[in-house]
Amino acid sequence: MIKAIVFLPLLGFVISGIMAFIDTGDDKHKKHRLDLMAQIATAAPMLISMVLAWIVFNDVGLNGNAYVVQVMTWIQSGDLDLNWSFRVDTLTAVMLVVVTTVSAMVHVYSIGYMHHDPDVPRFMAYLSLFTFAMLMLVTADNLVQMFFGWEGVGLASYLLIGFWYTKPSANAAAIKAFVVNRVGDFGFVLGIFATFVIFGTVNLSEIFARASELNSATISIFSGEYHAITVICLLLFVGAMGKSAQLGLHTWLPDAMEGPTPVSALIHAATMVTAGVFLVARMSPLFEYSDLALQVVTIVGASTAIFAATIGCTQFDIKRVIAYSTCSQLGYMFFAMGVSAYSAGIFHLMTHAFFKALLFLGAGSVIHAMSDEQDMRKMGGIWKMIPVTYVLMWIGSLALAGVWPFAGFYSKDIVLEAAWAAHSAVGGYAFWLGIAAAFLTAFYSWRLIIMTFHGTPRADEKTMAHVHESPKIMIAPLLVLAFGACFAGIIGYNWFIGEGAGEFWANSILILPTHTALEDAHHVPMWVKYLPLAVGAAGIAVAYVMYMFVPSLPGLVVRAIRPVHKFVFNKWYFDELYDAIFVKPAFQIGRELWKTGDKAIIDGIGPDGVASTANDTAVRVGALQSGYLYHYAFSMLIGVVFMVSWYLFAHAG
Amino acid sequence: MFEIGLGHYLVVGAILFATGMFGIFLNRKNMIVIMMSIELMLLAVNINFVAFSAHLGDLMGQVFSLFILTVAAAEAAIGLAILVAFFRARGSIAVEDINAMKG
Repeated sequence: MIKAIVFLPLLGFVISGIMAFIDTGDDKHKKHRLDLMAQIATAAPMLISMVLAWIVFNDVGLNGNAYVVQVMTWIQSGDLDLNWSFRVDTLTAVMLVVVTTVSAMVHVYSIGYMHHDPDVPRFMAYLSLFTFAMLMLVTADNLVQMFFGWEGVGLASYLLIGFWYTKPSANAAAIKAFVVNRVGDFGFVLGIFATFVIFGTVNLSEIFARASELNSATISIFSGEYHAITVICLLLFVGAMGKSAQLGLHTWLPDAMEGPTPVSALIHAATMVTAGVFLVARMSPLFEYSDLALQVVTIVGASTAIFAATIGCTQFDIKRVIAYSTCSQLGYMFFAMGVSAYSAGIFHLMTHAFFKALLFLGAGSVIHAMSDEQDMRKMGGIWKMIPVTYVLMWIGSLALAGVWPFAGFYSKDIVLEAAWAAHSAVGGYAFWLGIAAAFLTAFYSWRLIIMTFHGTPRADEKTMAHVHESPKIMIAPLLVLAFGACFAGIIGYNWFIGEGAGEFWANSILILPTHTALEDAHHVPMWVKYLPLAVGAAGIAVAYVMYMFVPSLPGLVVRAIRPVHKFVFNKWYFDELYDAIFVKPAFQIGRELWKTGDKAIIDGIGPDGVASTANDTAVRVGALQSGYLYHYAFSMLIGVVFMVSWYLFAHAG
Repeated sequence: MFEIGLGHYLVVGAILFATGMFGIFLNRKNMIVIMMSIELMLLAVNINFVAFSAHLGDLMGQVFSLFILTVAAAEAAIGLAILVAFFRARGSIAVEDINAMKG
């Protein structure tokens, strides 16, 4: 069954991928038929896969039947022994459900969203390829197989960001995503190497079995001795940071919004970007033995949460706002991991996948209605025209802001409570920044809703006349996701972090008895429990005041804090900083090597040098042939004189 | 008494030869001058032949000089004919202009 779940999307990819090569010419009818076939060929396996994933979830998560399936041997070389195999435990089952459900919904949604596009089969093929790689990642039984999936999703992400390859900005964004992810992947690869050096294996079960006994092991790097597990965890976390767009390696995520909206929903909100969170949770038996690594995770996560939230408040592109929101929520998940509340982090991951996919697809629906307009300054006053989308966006935002009883309320609260309950300096840091970010989250969510749907219409009349509710095929997946955004929290609470958590997670996550944050999170003071809700409500209220009732206020505030606003609006100048530190010097080095290294030295001495020397010589020799007879005669004479003299001197002497 | 010996003849021949040679190399204007210079050089060789013939008592040298005179006459005729043809074709017999074989 697990094989079917993983390989059905691959099947869809292959079929649809082949269809992408069929040239239909100008025959509109034929093209539509081909598109329809590609859509069915990818969406149907995805839906089956989703149903199977729920069955597996029921079996593994609720009935506790974790197992490992061997598919085939992959690499056997010396001590390295790798199999293609699927590790199906609760953590994997949760991810399976999240990935297949969101992916199936996005496949269905794409049928409606992309129906005008000339490259439907290619798009559907990429989506399925992504899903396959993501499933490979979450089911991996060893780090190398996980890396295979990790790179697979990176590739699919690259292909899909650059899907509209005639747009230069899309190509640039795709390359940026790929390059920034390489930085993280380099850390991941080094982490795998270090694991192999220390543990002698990359199979997860063997690593976990020996983690406690190798707790004292050290690894020497540049003649310094370091705690081996800390080094491994930090390296793996660098990989996680890249994929999950954490502070420092986050710059690619907002740019990735150049891709089609379903892609943003699937890859850059719900699934791929959570791969880093999954990695940390999966490696919890290692992270548990390294307090330093956990502290780093907490600090990076909390910093990202507040950092991205501040930027989200200033952007005007509807998708970018949600992208920064994603970045911020990933920060929440990470600092939950950092205080050993892995299950809380995964819980937030699950609920976030639903409501963030809902928000993105809702935004897609808005963009669709507004004739591909993404700038919120050119929207407004359309809530009566697209009421279903409007309501769905409200549900998504309520869940995101953590309002009871929506999904986000449960997961965000437990994350913040766990951070508070960690009773450590970094825990406190994470808690207070998390609270601040929660306020900003609510603020920018309602800023988005009010700017998009309320006020006076700011679009031109032609666009306004064309505003229409999306077709049923796009609304249906939104309803499913909205159901998740409403009820995933209530339903999942007991399993993920409530009474049944111990039984539910079984052995898939390890928390040392000394790390009690998650336990203590249930016994925090009342004010800690209600603070996130209170700041959320405050955020919503402030957004209403600023954008609904006193529309002149935002301008005043911006003017009052102009330097700060400018700093935040320009995304803390991260792009400019990286440009100055890495991109420009890299270009400079490249240009140096090109101009001096290649052009001057290699070409100059090599091919070009030889050629120009031959040419010069030929020109000079050619000049000797003047065409004047007496020059030739003169040279003959000189020759004769020389030979005669030589003959005379040689024989006379 | 001043006697004229082999050396004097050879010196005259050498002077004539050198004159012919300079006539070829320094002349810029006229092809006919080149032909005359060639004629001079042949005559210089003839003097050498005759001088050595008289000196060595061997008639072969004088026979050769007759041959050379014949050949020189033929050569002058052909050379002048080419010159006329060339002048008709190009309208000039200035040495400076004759460099169609320039590399």
